[in-house]
Amino acid sequence: MSSLRFVAVSWTLQFKMIMRSPFDGIGNVLYPLFFATVAFLVFRAGDSPRTLIYASLGAAVMGMWSSVSTSAGSAMQRERWWGTLELLVAAPRHFSLVLLPATLGLATVGIYNLAATLLWGHFVFGVPLTIEHPLLFVLAVVGTVLAFGGLGLLFAVSFVRFRAAWVLGNFFEYPVWLICGFLVPLALLPGWVRPISWALAPTWGMSAIRESALGGSPLPDLIACLGLGLGYIALAVLVTERVLRDARTRGSLSLT
Amino acid sequence: MIVAARIFVVGGVTSFRALFYWLTPWIYVPTMLIAPIFQILLFAYIGRSAHLRSDEFYLIGNALQYASIPCLFAMAQMVGGERYQNTLSAILVSPAPRIPLFFGRSLPVVLNGAFVAAFSLLVGALILGVHLPASSLAPLGLVVLIAAFSCTGLGLVNAAASLRIRENAVLSNVIFGFLLIFTGANVPLDALPGWMSTAAQGMPFTHAIRAARQLAAGIGLGDVAGLLGAELLVGAIYGLAGYGLLRWFEILSRRNASLERS
Repeated sequence: MSSLRFVAVSWTLQFKMIMRSPFDGIGNVLYPLFFATVAFLVFRAGDSPRTLIYASLGAAVMGMWSSVSTSAGSAMQRERWWGTLELLVAAPRHFSLVLLPATLGLATVGIYNLAATLLWGHFVFGVPLTIEHPLLFVLAVVGTVLAFGGLGLLFAVSFVRFRAAWVLGNFFEYPVWLICGFLVPLALLPGWVRPISWALAPTWGMSAIRESALGGSPLPDLIACLGLGLGYIALAVLVTERVLRDARTRGSLSLT
Repeated sequence: MIVAARIFVVGGVTSFRALFYWLTPWIYVPTMLIAPIFQILLFAYIGRSAHLRSDEFYLIGNALQYASIPCLFAMAQMVGGERYQNTLSAILVSPAPRIPLFFGRSLPVVLNGAFVAAFSLLVGALILGVHLPASSLAPLGLVVLIAAFSCTGLGLVNAAASLRIRENAVLSNVIFGFLLIFTGANVPLDALPGWMSTAAQGMPFTHAIRAARQLAAGIGLGDVAGLLGAELLVGAIYGLAGYGLLRWFEILSRRNASLERS
Protein backbone atom coordinates (compact mmCIF):
# COMPACT_ATOMS: atom_id res chain seq x y z
CA MET A 1 0.00 0.00 0.00
CA SER A 2 2.78 2.41 0.90
CA SER A 3 4.49 1.53 -2.37
CA LEU A 4 1.36 2.47 -4.29
CA ARG A 5 1.15 5.76 -2.39
CA PHE A 6 4.83 6.35 -3.11
CA VAL A 7 4.29 5.74 -6.83
CA ALA A 8 1.19 7.96 -6.88
CA VAL A 9 2.89 10.89 -5.11
CA SER A 10 6.06 10.56 -7.20
CA TRP A 11 4.01 10.29 -10.39
CA THR A 12 2.19 13.53 -9.52
CA LEU A 13 5.46 15.36 -8.90
CA GLN A 14 7.08 13.97 -12.04
CA PHE A 15 4.04 14.84 -14.13
CA LYS A 16 4.09 18.42 -12.88
CA MET A 17 7.79 18.71 -13.70
CA ILE A 18 7.32 17.23 -17.17
CA MET A 19 4.46 19.60 -17.97
CA ARG A 20 6.67 22.55 -17.10
CA SER A 21 9.52 21.34 -19.29
CA PRO A 22 9.40 23.04 -22.69
CA PHE A 23 10.97 20.00 -24.35
CA ASP A 24 8.85 17.27 -22.73
CA GLY A 25 5.68 19.24 -22.14
CA ILE A 26 5.49 21.26 -25.34
CA GLY A 27 8.04 19.90 -27.79
CA ASN A 28 7.10 16.27 -27.35
CA VAL A 29 3.46 17.14 -27.90
CA LEU A 30 4.01 19.38 -30.92
CA TYR A 31 6.55 17.19 -32.68
CA PRO A 32 4.29 14.16 -33.30
CA LEU A 33 1.57 16.49 -34.58
CA PHE A 34 3.77 17.23 -37.58
CA PHE A 35 4.05 13.54 -38.35
CA ALA A 36 0.33 13.14 -37.78
CA THR A 37 -0.33 15.95 -40.26
CA VAL A 38 1.85 14.27 -42.88
CA ALA A 39 0.02 11.00 -42.25
CA PHE A 40 -3.37 12.69 -42.66
CA LEU A 41 -2.26 14.38 -45.88
CA VAL A 42 -0.73 11.18 -47.30
CA PHE A 43 -3.79 9.06 -46.52
CA ARG A 44 -6.13 11.76 -47.80
CA ALA A 45 -4.21 12.01 -51.08
CA GLY A 46 -3.85 8.25 -51.51
CA ASP A 47 -6.48 5.80 -52.64
CA SER A 48 -6.05 3.28 -49.86
CA PRO A 49 -9.11 1.59 -48.40
CA ARG A 50 -7.72 2.50 -44.98
CA THR A 51 -9.59 5.47 -43.66
CA LEU A 52 -8.46 8.68 -42.08
CA ILE A 53 -9.72 7.30 -38.75
CA TYR A 54 -7.17 4.52 -39.14
CA ALA A 55 -4.46 7.14 -39.69
CA SER A 56 -5.80 9.32 -36.89
CA LEU A 57 -5.61 6.57 -34.27
CA GLY A 58 -2.21 5.44 -35.50
CA ALA A 59 -0.82 8.97 -35.43
CA ALA A 60 -2.27 9.49 -31.96
CA VAL A 61 -0.47 6.44 -30.56
CA MET A 62 2.69 7.56 -32.38
CA GLY A 63 2.51 10.68 -30.25
CA MET A 64 2.08 8.61 -27.10
CA TRP A 65 5.18 6.61 -27.95
CA SER A 66 7.21 9.73 -28.77
CA SER A 67 6.69 11.18 -25.34
CA VAL A 68 8.06 8.00 -23.78
CA SER A 69 10.86 6.98 -26.10
CA THR A 70 12.53 10.35 -26.42
CA SER A 71 12.72 11.16 -22.75
CA ALA A 72 12.55 7.87 -20.85
CA GLY A 73 15.94 6.80 -22.18
CA SER A 74 17.48 9.78 -20.47
CA ALA A 75 15.41 9.67 -17.26
CA MET A 76 18.39 8.47 -15.24
CA GLN A 77 20.70 10.77 -17.15
CA ARG A 78 18.61 13.72 -16.01
CA GLU A 79 18.96 12.67 -12.38
CA ARG A 80 22.69 12.39 -12.98
CA TRP A 81 22.85 15.93 -14.36
CA TRP A 82 20.83 17.24 -11.45
CA GLY A 83 23.16 15.49 -9.01
CA THR A 84 20.32 13.50 -7.47
CA LEU A 85 21.11 10.05 -8.87
CA GLU A 86 23.31 8.96 -5.97
CA LEU A 87 20.72 10.13 -3.46
CA LEU A 88 17.95 8.22 -5.21
CA VAL A 89 20.05 5.08 -5.46
CA ALA A 90 20.91 5.34 -1.76
CA ALA A 91 17.23 5.78 -0.79
CA PRO A 92 15.62 2.84 1.04
CA ARG A 93 13.11 2.25 -1.76
CA HIS A 94 14.07 -0.01 -4.63
CA PHE A 95 15.51 2.20 -7.34
CA SER A 96 13.23 0.86 -10.07
CA LEU A 97 10.26 1.92 -7.92
CA VAL A 98 11.79 5.39 -7.73
CA LEU A 99 12.21 5.56 -11.48
CA LEU A 100 8.88 4.05 -12.51
CA PRO A 101 6.83 7.20 -11.72
CA ALA A 102 9.11 9.22 -14.00
CA THR A 103 8.48 6.99 -16.99
CA LEU A 104 4.80 6.65 -16.08
CA GLY A 105 4.63 10.43 -16.01
CA LEU A 106 6.11 10.59 -19.51
CA ALA A 107 3.64 7.97 -20.69
CA THR A 108 0.81 9.99 -19.15
CA VAL A 109 1.81 12.97 -21.25
CA GLY A 110 1.11 10.56 -24.07
CA ILE A 111 -2.62 10.80 -23.22
CA TYR A 112 -2.37 14.51 -23.90
CA ASN A 113 -0.63 13.62 -27.18
CA LEU A 114 -3.38 11.19 -28.05
CA ALA A 115 -6.14 13.71 -27.35
CA ALA A 116 -4.31 16.50 -29.17
CA THR A 117 -3.80 14.36 -32.27
CA LEU A 118 -7.40 13.13 -32.35
CA LEU A 119 -8.70 16.69 -31.95
CA TRP A 120 -6.24 17.97 -34.57
CA GLY A 121 -7.46 15.32 -37.00
CA HIS A 122 -11.07 16.13 -36.21
CA PHE A 123 -10.96 19.91 -36.48
CA VAL A 124 -8.40 20.29 -39.26
CA PHE A 125 -9.01 17.22 -41.38
CA GLY A 126 -12.61 16.42 -40.48
CA VAL A 127 -11.83 12.97 -39.13
CA PRO A 128 -14.90 11.78 -37.18
CA LEU A 129 -14.35 11.22 -33.48
CA THR A 130 -16.51 8.13 -33.22
CA ILE A 131 -15.56 5.59 -30.57
CA GLU A 132 -17.53 2.36 -30.79
CA HIS A 133 -16.70 1.08 -27.29
CA PRO A 134 -15.88 4.13 -25.13
CA LEU A 135 -15.25 2.21 -21.90
CA LEU A 136 -12.98 -0.30 -23.60
CA PHE A 137 -11.26 2.57 -25.39
CA VAL A 138 -10.44 4.23 -22.05
CA LEU A 139 -9.22 0.90 -20.68
CA ALA A 140 -7.10 0.35 -23.80
CA VAL A 141 -5.55 3.81 -23.47
CA VAL A 142 -4.80 3.36 -19.76
CA GLY A 143 -3.39 -0.12 -20.38
CA THR A 144 -1.22 1.20 -23.19
CA VAL A 145 0.06 4.03 -20.99
CA LEU A 146 1.01 1.55 -18.26
CA ALA A 147 2.76 -0.71 -20.75
CA PHE A 148 4.58 2.26 -22.30
CA GLY A 149 5.64 3.31 -18.80
CA GLY A 150 7.03 -0.19 -18.22
CA LEU A 151 8.93 -0.18 -21.50
CA GLY A 152 10.20 3.31 -20.73
CA LEU A 153 11.45 2.04 -17.36
CA LEU A 154 13.32 -0.76 -19.10
CA PHE A 155 14.90 1.80 -21.45
CA ALA A 156 15.83 4.08 -18.56
CA VAL A 157 17.63 1.43 -16.55
CA SER A 158 19.21 -0.29 -19.55
CA PHE A 159 20.82 2.88 -20.83
CA VAL A 160 22.25 4.02 -17.52
CA ARG A 161 25.81 3.16 -18.49
CA PHE A 162 25.64 5.32 -21.60
CA ARG A 163 26.37 9.00 -21.42
CA ALA A 164 24.42 9.41 -24.66
CA ALA A 165 21.32 7.69 -23.27
CA TRP A 166 19.00 10.30 -24.77
CA VAL A 167 20.18 9.30 -28.25
CA LEU A 168 19.21 5.69 -27.69
CA GLY A 169 15.77 6.85 -26.58
CA ASN A 170 15.44 8.95 -29.73
CA PHE A 171 16.76 6.08 -31.78
CA PHE A 172 13.81 3.85 -30.91
CA GLU A 173 11.19 6.39 -31.96
CA TYR A 174 11.09 5.66 -35.71
CA PRO A 175 11.55 1.86 -35.55
CA VAL A 176 8.63 1.44 -33.15
CA TRP A 177 6.49 3.77 -35.25
CA LEU A 178 7.32 1.61 -38.23
CA ILE A 179 7.07 -1.95 -36.94
CA CYS A 180 4.24 -1.71 -34.40
CA GLY A 181 1.48 -1.17 -36.91
CA PHE A 182 0.69 2.45 -36.09
CA LEU A 183 0.31 3.53 -39.71
CA VAL A 184 1.61 0.54 -41.59
CA PRO A 185 -0.23 -2.79 -41.28
CA LEU A 186 2.05 -5.55 -40.06
CA ALA A 187 1.12 -7.58 -43.13
CA LEU A 188 3.02 -5.09 -45.29
CA LEU A 189 6.26 -5.59 -43.37
CA PRO A 190 8.74 -8.39 -44.10
CA GLY A 191 7.92 -11.66 -42.32
CA TRP A 192 11.01 -11.56 -40.09
CA VAL A 193 9.88 -8.27 -38.58
CA ARG A 194 6.62 -9.61 -37.20
CA PRO A 195 8.03 -11.61 -34.23
CA ILE A 196 9.84 -8.42 -33.16
CA SER A 197 6.56 -6.51 -33.42
CA TRP A 198 4.76 -9.11 -31.31
CA ALA A 199 7.35 -8.72 -28.54
CA LEU A 200 6.63 -5.01 -28.31
CA ALA A 201 3.71 -3.82 -26.18
CA PRO A 202 3.00 -0.83 -28.47
CA THR A 203 1.87 -3.30 -31.16
CA TRP A 204 -0.81 -4.73 -28.88
CA GLY A 205 -1.68 -1.36 -27.36
CA MET A 206 -2.23 0.09 -30.82
CA SER A 207 -4.35 -2.87 -31.79
CA ALA A 208 -6.44 -2.63 -28.60
CA ILE A 209 -7.06 1.09 -29.09
CA ARG A 210 -7.98 0.59 -32.75
CA GLU A 211 -10.27 -2.36 -32.03
CA SER A 212 -12.09 -0.50 -29.27
CA ALA A 213 -12.49 2.62 -31.41
CA LEU A 214 -13.53 0.93 -34.63
CA GLY A 215 -15.66 -1.80 -33.10
CA GLY A 216 -13.84 -5.05 -32.52
CA SER A 217 -12.69 -7.13 -29.59
CA PRO A 218 -9.83 -5.31 -27.90
CA LEU A 219 -9.56 -7.42 -24.73
CA PRO A 220 -7.07 -10.05 -26.00
CA ASP A 221 -4.82 -7.29 -27.35
CA LEU A 222 -5.15 -5.34 -24.12
CA ILE A 223 -4.23 -8.37 -22.02
CA ALA A 224 -1.20 -9.02 -24.22
CA CYS A 225 -0.20 -5.35 -23.91
CA LEU A 226 -0.51 -5.36 -20.11
CA GLY A 227 1.25 -8.72 -19.85
CA LEU A 228 4.20 -7.44 -21.83
CA GLY A 229 4.20 -4.23 -19.78
CA LEU A 230 4.47 -6.26 -16.56
CA GLY A 231 7.18 -8.35 -18.17
CA TYR A 232 9.15 -5.19 -19.00
CA ILE A 233 8.85 -4.00 -15.40
CA ALA A 234 10.05 -7.36 -14.06
CA LEU A 235 12.97 -7.30 -16.50
CA ALA A 236 13.73 -3.70 -15.56
CA VAL A 237 13.93 -4.66 -11.88
CA LEU A 238 16.45 -7.39 -12.70
CA VAL A 239 18.46 -5.05 -14.93
CA THR A 240 18.41 -2.39 -12.20
CA GLU A 241 19.87 -4.83 -9.67
CA ARG A 242 22.62 -5.79 -12.07
CA VAL A 243 23.41 -2.27 -13.22
CA LEU A 244 23.51 -0.81 -9.73
CA ARG A 245 25.66 -3.65 -8.39
CA ASP A 246 28.06 -3.08 -11.23
CA ALA A 247 28.04 0.69 -10.78
CA ARG A 248 28.74 0.35 -7.04
CA THR A 249 31.58 -2.10 -7.66
CA ARG A 250 33.22 0.16 -10.22
CA GLY A 251 32.25 3.44 -8.61
CA SER A 252 30.86 4.51 -11.96
CA LEU A 253 27.38 5.69 -11.08
CA SER A 254 28.07 9.33 -11.82
CA LEU A 255 30.04 8.53 -15.01
CA THR A 256 32.29 11.53 -14.36
CA MET B 1 41.80 39.66 -45.49
CA ILE B 2 44.06 36.91 -44.14
CA VAL B 3 42.63 37.41 -40.67
CA ALA B 4 39.12 37.07 -42.04
CA ALA B 5 40.11 33.91 -43.94
CA ARG B 6 41.63 32.43 -40.75
CA ILE B 7 38.52 33.21 -38.77
CA PHE B 8 36.41 31.69 -41.54
CA VAL B 9 38.39 28.46 -41.86
CA VAL B 10 40.05 27.89 -38.48
CA GLY B 11 37.15 29.28 -36.46
CA GLY B 12 34.64 27.26 -38.42
CA VAL B 13 36.56 24.01 -38.14
CA THR B 14 37.31 24.54 -34.45
CA SER B 15 33.68 25.29 -33.73
CA PHE B 16 32.56 22.18 -35.59
CA ARG B 17 35.10 20.04 -33.77
CA ALA B 18 33.81 21.46 -30.51
CA LEU B 19 30.39 20.27 -31.61
CA PHE B 20 31.89 16.80 -31.84
CA TYR B 21 33.11 17.18 -28.28
CA TRP B 22 29.61 16.07 -27.38
CA LEU B 23 28.60 14.79 -30.81
CA THR B 24 30.60 11.57 -30.41
CA PRO B 25 30.18 8.55 -32.72
CA TRP B 26 27.72 7.23 -30.13
CA ILE B 27 25.54 10.18 -30.99
CA TYR B 28 26.52 10.76 -34.59
CA VAL B 29 25.88 7.26 -35.93
CA PRO B 30 22.36 6.71 -34.52
CA THR B 31 21.25 10.29 -35.10
CA MET B 32 22.81 11.11 -38.45
CA LEU B 33 23.23 7.78 -40.19
CA ILE B 34 20.61 5.36 -38.87
CA ALA B 35 17.65 7.59 -38.00
CA PRO B 36 17.29 8.95 -41.56
CA ILE B 37 17.15 5.41 -42.90
CA PHE B 38 14.25 4.66 -40.56
CA GLN B 39 12.54 7.90 -41.56
CA ILE B 40 12.84 6.86 -45.21
CA LEU B 41 11.52 3.37 -44.45
CA LEU B 42 8.66 4.73 -42.33
CA PHE B 43 7.37 7.00 -45.05
CA ALA B 44 8.03 4.54 -47.85
CA TYR B 45 5.84 2.02 -46.02
CA ILE B 46 3.23 4.65 -45.16
CA GLY B 47 3.18 5.46 -48.87
CA ARG B 48 2.68 1.80 -49.69
CA SER B 49 -0.08 1.58 -47.07
CA ALA B 50 -1.81 4.70 -48.41
CA HIS B 51 -1.25 3.73 -52.07
CA LEU B 52 0.11 7.16 -52.88
CA ARG B 53 3.56 7.23 -54.47
CA SER B 54 6.53 4.97 -55.19
CA ASP B 55 9.39 4.16 -52.81
CA GLU B 56 11.64 6.38 -54.93
CA PHE B 57 9.43 9.37 -54.15
CA TYR B 58 9.81 8.91 -50.38
CA LEU B 59 13.45 7.91 -50.58
CA ILE B 60 14.47 11.13 -52.29
CA GLY B 61 12.14 13.36 -50.31
CA ASN B 62 13.18 12.10 -46.91
CA ALA B 63 16.89 11.66 -47.63
CA LEU B 64 17.14 15.31 -48.61
CA GLN B 65 14.77 16.61 -45.96
CA TYR B 66 16.70 14.82 -43.21
CA ALA B 67 19.66 17.11 -43.92
CA SER B 68 17.64 19.62 -41.92
CA ILE B 69 18.55 17.79 -38.69
CA PRO B 70 22.31 18.43 -38.92
CA CYS B 71 21.83 21.84 -40.51
CA LEU B 72 19.26 23.21 -38.08
CA PHE B 73 20.56 21.67 -34.87
CA ALA B 74 24.25 22.36 -35.55
CA MET B 75 23.53 25.99 -36.37
CA ALA B 76 21.38 26.42 -33.26
CA GLN B 77 24.14 24.77 -31.27
CA MET B 78 26.56 27.35 -32.68
CA VAL B 79 24.95 29.76 -30.23
CA GLY B 80 23.45 27.40 -27.64
CA GLY B 81 26.64 25.34 -27.30
CA GLU B 82 28.82 28.42 -26.88
CA ARG B 83 26.42 29.71 -24.24
CA TYR B 84 26.48 26.37 -22.43
CA GLN B 85 30.29 26.41 -22.44
CA ASN B 86 30.30 30.04 -21.26
CA THR B 87 32.25 31.10 -24.34
CA LEU B 88 29.52 33.04 -26.15
CA SER B 89 30.31 36.38 -24.57
CA ALA B 90 34.05 35.88 -25.23
CA ILE B 91 33.32 35.33 -28.90
CA LEU B 92 30.93 38.23 -29.26
CA VAL B 93 33.14 40.65 -27.37
CA SER B 94 36.01 39.93 -29.74
CA PRO B 95 36.69 42.34 -32.60
CA ALA B 96 36.51 39.48 -35.13
CA PRO B 97 34.59 40.49 -38.24
CA ARG B 98 31.19 38.87 -38.05
CA ILE B 99 30.82 37.67 -41.64
CA PRO B 100 33.71 35.17 -41.51
CA LEU B 101 32.86 34.41 -37.88
CA PHE B 102 29.31 33.29 -38.57
CA PHE B 103 29.64 32.01 -42.13
CA GLY B 104 32.84 30.13 -41.28
CA ARG B 105 30.81 28.17 -38.75
CA SER B 106 28.26 27.39 -41.45
CA LEU B 107 30.60 25.74 -43.96
CA PRO B 108 31.29 22.49 -42.06
CA VAL B 109 27.57 22.29 -41.33
CA VAL B 110 26.76 22.46 -45.06
CA LEU B 111 29.28 19.71 -45.81
CA ASN B 112 28.00 17.51 -42.99
CA GLY B 113 24.38 18.03 -44.04
CA ALA B 114 25.23 17.06 -47.60
CA PHE B 115 27.06 13.96 -46.38
CA VAL B 116 24.11 12.87 -44.24
CA ALA B 117 21.66 13.34 -47.13
CA ALA B 118 23.92 11.55 -49.64
CA PHE B 119 24.53 8.65 -47.25
CA SER B 120 20.79 8.31 -46.55
CA LEU B 121 20.00 8.44 -50.24
CA LEU B 122 22.45 5.72 -51.20
CA VAL B 123 21.79 3.36 -48.27
CA GLY B 124 18.04 3.92 -48.51
CA ALA B 125 18.17 3.10 -52.22
CA LEU B 126 20.03 -0.12 -51.49
CA ILE B 127 17.57 -1.20 -48.80
CA LEU B 128 14.44 -0.34 -50.76
CA GLY B 129 15.86 -1.60 -54.04
CA VAL B 130 15.40 1.74 -55.76
CA HIS B 131 17.50 2.09 -58.88
CA LEU B 132 19.20 5.43 -59.31
CA PRO B 133 20.77 5.81 -62.78
CA ALA B 134 24.57 5.99 -62.60
CA SER B 135 24.46 9.16 -64.68
CA SER B 136 22.31 10.84 -62.01
CA LEU B 137 24.65 10.21 -59.07
CA ALA B 138 27.03 13.16 -59.64
CA PRO B 139 24.18 15.62 -60.29
CA LEU B 140 22.40 14.26 -57.21
CA GLY B 141 25.56 14.97 -55.23
CA LEU B 142 25.36 18.57 -56.38
CA VAL B 143 21.68 18.74 -55.44
CA VAL B 144 22.26 17.49 -51.88
CA LEU B 145 25.04 20.06 -51.48
CA ILE B 146 22.75 22.85 -52.62
CA ALA B 147 19.93 21.57 -50.40
CA ALA B 148 22.26 21.51 -47.40
CA PHE B 149 23.42 25.04 -48.23
CA SER B 150 19.85 26.22 -48.45
CA CYS B 151 18.85 24.68 -45.13
CA THR B 152 21.97 25.99 -43.43
CA GLY B 153 20.76 29.44 -44.47
CA LEU B 154 17.60 28.74 -42.52
CA GLY B 155 19.85 27.34 -39.79
CA LEU B 156 21.46 30.78 -39.47
CA VAL B 157 18.01 32.23 -38.76
CA ASN B 158 17.58 29.46 -36.20
CA ALA B 159 20.96 30.32 -34.67
CA ALA B 160 19.91 33.97 -34.43
CA ALA B 161 16.69 32.96 -32.69
CA SER B 162 18.83 31.00 -30.22
CA LEU B 163 20.26 34.31 -29.06
CA ARG B 164 16.79 35.25 -27.87
CA ILE B 165 15.24 31.96 -26.77
CA ARG B 166 16.45 29.20 -24.51
CA GLU B 167 14.76 26.18 -26.07
CA ASN B 168 16.51 25.98 -29.40
CA ALA B 169 16.01 22.19 -29.55
CA VAL B 170 12.24 22.65 -29.48
CA LEU B 171 12.43 25.37 -32.13
CA SER B 172 14.67 23.20 -34.34
CA ASN B 173 12.20 20.33 -34.05
CA VAL B 174 9.32 22.62 -34.97
CA ILE B 175 11.14 23.91 -38.07
CA PHE B 176 11.98 20.31 -38.99
CA GLY B 177 8.28 19.48 -38.72
CA PHE B 178 7.24 22.31 -41.01
CA LEU B 179 9.82 21.22 -43.58
CA LEU B 180 8.51 17.66 -43.35
CA ILE B 181 5.00 18.80 -44.22
CA PHE B 182 5.52 21.64 -46.66
CA THR B 183 8.45 20.74 -48.88
CA GLY B 184 6.85 17.91 -50.81
CA ALA B 185 9.13 15.36 -49.16
CA ASN B 186 6.16 13.10 -48.44
CA VAL B 187 3.07 14.78 -49.79
CA PRO B 188 3.09 15.82 -53.45
CA LEU B 189 2.86 19.62 -53.69
CA ASP B 190 -0.25 19.35 -55.85
CA ALA B 191 -1.95 17.38 -53.07
CA LEU B 192 -1.31 20.14 -50.54
CA PRO B 193 -3.74 23.01 -50.05
CA GLY B 194 -2.86 25.93 -52.34
CA TRP B 195 -1.49 28.19 -49.60
CA MET B 196 0.80 25.42 -48.40
CA SER B 197 2.28 24.67 -51.79
CA THR B 198 2.75 28.42 -52.33
CA ALA B 199 4.50 28.79 -48.97
CA ALA B 200 6.65 25.78 -49.86
CA GLN B 201 8.22 27.72 -52.72
CA GLY B 202 10.02 29.87 -50.14
CA MET B 203 11.32 26.98 -48.07
CA PRO B 204 14.57 25.04 -48.30
CA PHE B 205 14.39 21.60 -49.96
CA THR B 206 11.24 22.20 -52.02
CA HIS B 207 13.09 22.91 -55.26
CA ALA B 208 15.99 20.57 -54.48
CA ILE B 209 13.67 17.62 -53.84
CA ARG B 210 11.84 18.30 -57.10
CA ALA B 211 15.14 18.57 -58.97
CA ALA B 212 16.45 15.36 -57.40
CA ARG B 213 13.31 13.46 -58.39
CA GLN B 214 13.64 14.67 -61.95
CA LEU B 215 17.32 13.70 -62.06
CA ALA B 216 16.49 10.24 -60.74
CA ALA B 217 13.90 9.96 -63.50
CA GLY B 218 16.66 10.47 -66.06
CA ILE B 219 16.35 14.18 -66.82
CA GLY B 220 19.64 16.01 -67.37
CA LEU B 221 21.24 18.50 -65.00
CA GLY B 222 20.69 21.37 -67.40
CA ASP B 223 16.94 20.81 -67.31
CA VAL B 224 16.81 21.31 -63.55
CA ALA B 225 19.10 24.34 -63.48
CA GLY B 226 16.14 26.62 -62.80
CA LEU B 227 15.11 24.58 -59.76
CA LEU B 228 18.66 24.54 -58.43
CA GLY B 229 18.93 28.30 -58.96
CA ALA B 230 15.70 28.79 -57.01
CA GLU B 231 17.01 26.59 -54.19
CA LEU B 232 20.26 28.57 -54.06
CA LEU B 233 18.30 31.81 -54.01
CA VAL B 234 16.12 30.59 -51.12
CA GLY B 235 19.22 29.57 -49.18
CA ALA B 236 20.97 32.86 -49.85
CA ILE B 237 17.95 34.88 -48.71
CA TYR B 238 17.69 32.90 -45.48
CA GLY B 239 21.45 33.18 -44.98
CA LEU B 240 21.40 36.95 -45.34
CA ALA B 241 18.32 37.24 -43.15
CA GLY B 242 19.99 35.02 -40.56
CA TYR B 243 23.13 37.11 -40.60
CA GLY B 244 21.09 40.29 -40.22
CA LEU B 245 19.14 38.80 -37.33
CA LEU B 246 22.31 37.57 -35.65
CA ARG B 247 23.76 41.08 -35.77
CA TRP B 248 20.53 42.65 -34.55
CA PHE B 249 20.03 40.18 -31.71
CA GLU B 250 23.68 40.54 -30.76
CA ILE B 251 23.12 44.26 -30.31
CA LEU B 252 19.90 43.65 -28.38
CA SER B 253 21.64 41.09 -26.18
CA ARG B 254 24.33 43.62 -25.28
CA ARG B 255 21.72 46.28 -24.61
CA ASN B 256 19.56 44.01 -22.44
CA ALA B 257 22.45 42.04 -20.92
CA SER B 258 20.70 38.84 -21.98
CA LEU B 259 23.58 37.08 -23.69
CA GLU B 260 24.17 34.52 -20.97
CA ARG B 261 20.51 33.92 -20.28
CA SER B 262 20.26 30.20 -19.72
